[in-house]
Amino acid sequence: MTITLNHFSAALVFSLFASVVFGITHRDTTREMVRYGLYCFAMFLGGVLVAGWAMWILRR
Amino acid sequence: MANSTTDKAKLVPSETLSLMSVLAPAIGWLVPGAGHMIQRRWIRGLLLFVSIVTLFLLGLAMQGRIYKANGGDILDMLGFIGDVGAGGLYILTLANDWGQGAIAYATADYGTKFMIVSGLLNFIAVADAYHIAIGKKR
Repeated sequence: MTITLNHFSAALVFSLFASVVFGITHRDTTREMVRYGLYCFAMFLGGVLVAGWAMWILRR
Repeated sequence: MANSTTDKAKLVPSETLSLMSVLAPAIGWLVPGAGHMIQRRWIRGLLLFVSIVTLFLLGLAMQGRIYKANGGDILDMLGFIGDVGAGGLYILTLANDWGQGAIAYATADYGTKFMIVSGLLNFIAVADAYHIAIGKKR
């Protein structure tokens, strides 16, 4: 079986699972874990979008 | 004048080597999330298991390459260290001769990175299981 993901969906999947692990392992209470996980996810995706636009600008 | 040895002893929390502090990281390395589950952190363990295993399996399905023990290129050695963190998944992959990598697929390189990162995330999960076992974390 071969799965083909495009660049954005690969980044999305990566961000989701990495954020879950970061949230659980880096904070003590459930509430903090959820908040930190969401923060990491937003930072990952935000980073992807910013880097994408930066590369688009550099290419022009 | 205060004795410096007793002062240091007061600062460092006592870390007794219990059976759980050895067992939890070992089992957590072999099966992602299991180090949390044997300490009754069921939901955390399950979430770690699903996240790490899915990332690794996606990497395999994307035709990623698994690194074997080697003494060559530094990047290959680092790749091996990352992969070996996945524990049982890494052993299973080597035993079945999976993860050969297919350059025909453009996403194969993403798959290779997915597997390395899942191993590295498992190292973090193992450290967390150890911290719970020694009472540093709830």
